[in-house]
Amino acid sequence: MNNNQKVVVYVRLKDGVLDPQGVTIHKALGQMGYDEFESVKTGRFFELEIKDSVENIDNRVKEVCSKLLVNPVIEKFEVEKA
Amino acid sequence: MKVGVVTFPGSNCDYDAYTAVKFVIKEEVEFLWHKSDNLLGSDLVILPGGFSYGDYLRAGSIAKFSPIMDKVISFAREGGLVVGICNGFQVLTESGLLPGALIRNKHLRFNCKFVNLRVENNNSPYTNVCEKGDILNIPIAHGEGNYYNFDGDIKKLEDNGQIAFKYCMPDGTFSTEANPNGSVNNIAGITNEDGNVLGMMPHPERAVENILGSTDGIKVFESVKRFLNSKKTAGIT
Repeated sequence: MNNNQKVVVYVRLKDGVLDPQGVTIHKALGQMGYDEFESVKTGRFFELEIKDSVENIDNRVKEVCSKLLVNPVIEKFEVEKA
Repeated sequence: MKVGVVTFPGSNCDYDAYTAVKFVIKEEVEFLWHKSDNLLGSDLVILPGGFSYGDYLRAGSIAKFSPIMDKVISFAREGGLVVGICNGFQVLTESGLLPGALIRNKHLRFNCKFVNLRVENNNSPYTNVCEKGDILNIPIAHGEGNYYNFDGDIKKLEDNGQIAFKYCMPDGTFSTEANPNGSVNNIAGITNEDGNVLGMMPHPERAVENILGSTDGIKVFESVKRFLNSKKTAGIT
């Protein structure tokens, strides 16, 4: 069993950015009779496994988020240590 | 003029662009492979439509790390002419060469049809043979062409004349009905502040022969030709 570190990156649309998928899913729920849901927002997550030997992973994770995983124009992210 | 058309894995309009330049515009054209780091002396680089890298992650997000893109980005920063069509537009926003982002169409459908575009700025290297207010009939084919940017940035684009084309009705008026994807202010194409980089969702290379339904796309290429010729005459090559 390895001791690799794991983090999960959650990516969401920034407030105010239109989420057509969320809106459509919300409408579908309404049509199915689930009227109690006020809104639905979509997003995505990434599970990253990091070599055990690496220290100070926080900055490296933030770097890959802003360079690749996230489009900072429309998206925001949170990192969670698994 | 010499045109370079970039081929990423998943590009599918590279041949359309190549063919339009070679056989209709009758200018020199070469393909530029994504792994290459040589623009082969291109005066104009075209990032074509398609699904580069399968549209994985976000449309255009992986293509920006191709070796050829390093060269395209420096070329653009030095004032070189770069046009991104459809997926190429997505690559340009992801690369930071153009502001904003292209998100999923408002109604979630892939849209493939002819649209009317109103020329909003005819001072750019891509629109100078048009008059302001001209209406071009050019097809779109995309699922993520909904141009998004924040209010302040949209105002900046409007004030700087960076909006090249807007979706309009056949009579040139704007309405939500004319807007095929939900783009802010009906935006169909924008340039960077210097005007040398253009991104547009519609496909001018698919509107270059009568048999295709329209020849209005020729105006984009003819504008570039005219721009380059006037630069040459002025001796600023």
